[in-house]
Amino acid sequence: MAKVKGAVVVDNEKCKGCDLCVVACPHDVLSLHREVNGKGYHYSYMKNPDACIGCMNCALVCPDSCITVYRVRV
Amino acid sequence: MDIKDIIKPENLVYDKTKVLTDNVMHYCPGCSHGVIHKILAEVIDEMGIQEETIGVSPVGCSVLAYNYLDIDWLEAAHGRAPALATGVVRLNPEKYVFTYQGDGDLASIGTAEIMHACNRGENIVVIFVNNAIYGMTGGQMAPTTLVGQVTATTPYGRELDLHGYPLKITELVAQLPGTSFVTRQSVQTPAAVRKTKKAIKKAFANVGQKKGTQFVEVVSTCSSGWKISPVASNKWMETNMFPFYPLGDIKDSEKETADKFKVQ
Repeated sequence: MAKVKGAVVVDNEKCKGCDLCVVACPHDVLSLHREVNGKGYHYSYMKNPDACIGCMNCALVCPDSCITVYRVRV
Repeated sequence: MDIKDIIKPENLVYDKTKVLTDNVMHYCPGCSHGVIHKILAEVIDEMGIQEETIGVSPVGCSVLAYNYLDIDWLEAAHGRAPALATGVVRLNPEKYVFTYQGDGDLASIGTAEIMHACNRGENIVVIFVNNAIYGMTGGQMAPTTLVGQVTATTPYGRELDLHGYPLKITELVAQLPGTSFVTRQSVQTPAAVRKTKKAIKKAFANVGQKKGTQFVEVVSTCSSGWKISPVASNKWMETNMFPFYPLGDIKDSEKETADKFKVQ
């Protein structure tokens, strides 16, 4: 089976830290950052980037459309 | 493999559509409106109908929806979006006209408008966002509020004797001969988002074929009104709202033909 690796880019300033992407991720990749963005929200970031498979679950449930997903076969 | 090698334009699989503007949404963190806006924008983009789509926004949190979707918009008085959409679609029958309404707008003050628009079988899509509360004005009881649900105006929970039964407007609308596709969906999980997108796409395709009123209810959350976190709101919705508002297609048929109603 071809292995798939993914990566997500979160728009830190648009993120409102609602935690929905963290819950939707099946591989526990995302987490909320200790630091806050300009609006005072704990933004989402890739805590465990090696586990990402680029399944787009986080981007689908993101209400603020601040997640971009990339995927590559290795 | 390094992340920098993955993040390249040729590996892109999901990005914000061009129909959605770059404005930061004013909605609270985790609000379902954002996901539904995104789904609408993706459907309009995929069908290539950006120039032919006219939206009618309601009074409620989504009153500023014109800031976020790059299409033509009209703003209706409270609850009157279906009446305005009727005028728009009758003057522009080739356009894709949709109304985007909340439960305070559609199920309370706008009940007469939505009933008659559906009964006339106007060729419009109705997106009905049902979060069982008046979100914008501070979380008061709506007609769709569940029995026992605590809101700003029912601090001890909604009581049957005093406030009556919650209104299942989607089931009511499904009885009318003018509607052809009536469905209830939600957006709390990736699978539910995909299903809702499919339903909204079907509704827009039906409007293109002049099949009558398409009614898509989206059971949603209001974490600010319910006074719980977005993740807890999704759980609360699954345990409390889904038993009363079951998901799925309620009606999927053709609009009734005229000969059934003619006098003999």
